[in-house]
Amino acid sequence: MTFFFEVLIGGLLAGVMYSLVALGFVLIYKASGVFNFAQGAMVFFAAATFVGLQQDYGIGFWTALPLALAAMVLLGLVTERVVLRPLVNQPQITLFMATIGLTFFLEGFVQILWGSNVRGLELGLADEPLQWITDSTGMNVSKFDLAAAGVAAVLVTMLAVFFNRTRIGRALRAVADDHQAALAVGIPLQQIWAIVWGVAGAVALVAGMLWGARNGVQFALTFVALKALPVLILGGFDSIPGAIVGGLIVGASEKLAEVYIGPLVGGGIEGWFPYVLALVFLLIRPEGLFGEKIIRRI
Amino acid sequence: MLYREAGQFKTSYAADAAIFPIRQDRFAVIALLLVAFVVVPFVATPYIFTGILIPLLILSLAALGLNILTGYAGQLSLGTAAFMAVGAFASFNFMVRVPGMPVLLAFAGGGVVAALVGILFGLPSLRIRGFYLAVATLAAQFFILWFLTKVGWVTNYNPSGVITAQQIVILGYAFTTPTSKYLLVLSIVALMALAAKNMTRGNAGRSWMAVRDMDVAAEVIGIRLMRAKLLAFAVSSFYCGVAGALFAYAYLGTVEPEAFSLDLSFRVLFMVIIGGIGSILGSFLGAAFVTLLPVLLSVTVRFLDSNLGLHIAESTISNLELMVFGGLIIFFLIVEPHGLARLWQIAKEKLRLWPFPH
Repeated sequence: MTFFFEVLIGGLLAGVMYSLVALGFVLIYKASGVFNFAQGAMVFFAAATFVGLQQDYGIGFWTALPLALAAMVLLGLVTERVVLRPLVNQPQITLFMATIGLTFFLEGFVQILWGSNVRGLELGLADEPLQWITDSTGMNVSKFDLAAAGVAAVLVTMLAVFFNRTRIGRALRAVADDHQAALAVGIPLQQIWAIVWGVAGAVALVAGMLWGARNGVQFALTFVALKALPVLILGGFDSIPGAIVGGLIVGASEKLAEVYIGPLVGGGIEGWFPYVLALVFLLIRPEGLFGEKIIRRI
Repeated sequence: MLYREAGQFKTSYAADAAIFPIRQDRFAVIALLLVAFVVVPFVATPYIFTGILIPLLILSLAALGLNILTGYAGQLSLGTAAFMAVGAFASFNFMVRVPGMPVLLAFAGGGVVAALVGILFGLPSLRIRGFYLAVATLAAQFFILWFLTKVGWVTNYNPSGVITAQQIVILGYAFTTPTSKYLLVLSIVALMALAAKNMTRGNAGRSWMAVRDMDVAAEVIGIRLMRAKLLAFAVSSFYCGVAGALFAYAYLGTVEPEAFSLDLSFRVLFMVIIGGIGSILGSFLGAAFVTLLPVLLSVTVRFLDSNLGLHIAESTISNLELMVFGGLIIFFLIVEPHGLARLWQIAKEKLRLWPFPH
C-alpha cells in the first residue's frame, strides 16, 4: 500500500509539471482561439536561453532570469506582430499550422543560437527524497517535485488573480468571449494578444526551468508539449483549473498504469496511455472536464 | 483567349457529367499523364526517381487521403502516419502469411486493414469535434506505433525491428529498377487520384462537404452523420494505407515503425494545408512543395557554402533548413491561406480573360 501511495504521489507531482506546460496553451487559446503548438518549442527556447546566458556569458542566476524573461516576452511580441496579426480572421486550422511552422523555426533558431548539446540546469534543488517523510511514512517523495508543485501553485494563483481581479484580466476575458464585441467596446485587441503571448512566454520560462532542471536542457524538451496535449483535452482547452486537474489525473493515472498495467503488456505505455484516457473522458464530456460547453445552432 | 469554354456545348448527359468538362483541361491532364508515363522515364536519372519522384508521388497519395478526411469531410487528423504504418505492416503480413499472394492484392489488403483501423479511430469523431478530435487522433498515432513495436506477431518475430520488404513481383516481372518502380507507383497513384476525383463529385463527396460546412445542418437535411464521417475515415485511411505500403515497398525497401513517426503525419498535414484544403490538385502541389523544398534548400545552402567559402558546420546547415522551412510555411500561410490550388485557380481566371484586363 505504501508503494501504491508513493507511485500516486510521484504521479500527481509529475502531473503538476505537465499542467505547467498546459497552462501556456490554455492562456493563448483562451484569449485568441489559437491552438499554439509552438508552446513546446517556447519551453525549449526559454530554458536554453536561461542556461545559455549563465554558462556562455557567465551571467548570474538572478540577472539571467529577468533577461530570459525579457527574451520570452520579446518572442511573444514578435510572434504576435509577424505571425498572428497577418492571419487574423483565418480559420483555426491555418493558425494551428502557422504555429507548427513557428515550432520548426524556433527549434532551428535555438540550436543555432545555443548549440545542440545537452546542458545541465542547476536550481539548487536536489532530486532526492525528503528525509522526514521517509522516516514517518516510509514513502519517498522528491524534494524537487514538491518545490515544482509549490511553484505551480503560486503561478496558478497569480494567474487566477490576474485574470479575475485586474483590468487587463477582464479585458482578456472579454476578448476570449467575443473578438468583435470586445473591439466594439474599445478593447485594444492587438495589445491584449501581445500581453497574452508575453505571459505565455513567462509561463514557458518557468516550465522550461523546472523541466530543464529535471531532464537537462536539450531538444527533447520540445516533446514536453506532446505530454501536455492529453492534459489539455482532458481539462478543456479554455480552462485554467482544467489544466491543473487534467495534469493531476494524467500524471497519477499514467504512473499507476505504467507500474500496474505496463508489465502485463510489455511496458512503454506512458507514450499513449494519457491519450487513450483522455479519449475515454472525451466520449463522456466532449469539451473536456471544465471546457466551455459549445451550443450549436443552425 | 487560350483558355475558355466558349463554344464548347454539352449535348449529352455523359458530357455534362464529365470529370473535366472544359476541353483545355482534358488536354492538359492527358498531356501531363503522357509526360509522366512516356517522357519522364527517358529523361530522369535514378537519383531523381528514388530521391524525388517516387516519394513525391507516394506522399501525394497520403496527402490525398488526408485531404479527403480533413479537406472534404472537415475532420482534422494528426494520425496519418499511423494509418500508413498499418497499411505497410498489413501488406507485409499478407505477403508473409499467404503463400503466392499477389503484391497488388496485398497492397489493397493493407489499405482495407488500414480502413478498418481508421473506422475504429474515427468512432470518437461522432462525439468530438475540432481540435479535441485532432488531439484524440494523436492517440491513434502513439498507440498504433507502440503496438507495432511491441507485438512480435506483426513483425513476424523479427529481432531487429527493421524488416526488409519483399520484392515487388507482378506476373513474373520483378520491379527492381527505379524506372519500373516509378511507373508502378505512378499507375497506382493516377488511378486512385482519378477515383478520388470522382468520389468527391458524387453522393459521398457532397455529403462530406455538407458535414464539413456544418454538421448539424447536414443532419437536418437528411445526411446520416455517422455514415458520412465513418466513410470519410475509411476512404481516407484506405488511401493512407496504400500509400504506406508503397512507401515501405517501393521507396524505403524496409518495413519499420520508425519511418512512420509523428513528424511524417505533420508533413502530410502541411502538404494538405499548403496545397489547398479540399482540392485533389492541391494534394499533389502540396506534396511537391513539401518534398522539393528541403532538397532545394540543402542544394542552395551547399552551393553557397562551397562557392563563398563560408564553411558552415553540418549541424548549422540542418538547423538553418529547419528555420527556413518553418519560416516559409508561415510566409505561405500569410500570403495565400487557401493554398497553392487557389493560385492555380486565380491563374485560370486570368487566362480566361487574357489578353484583356476585364
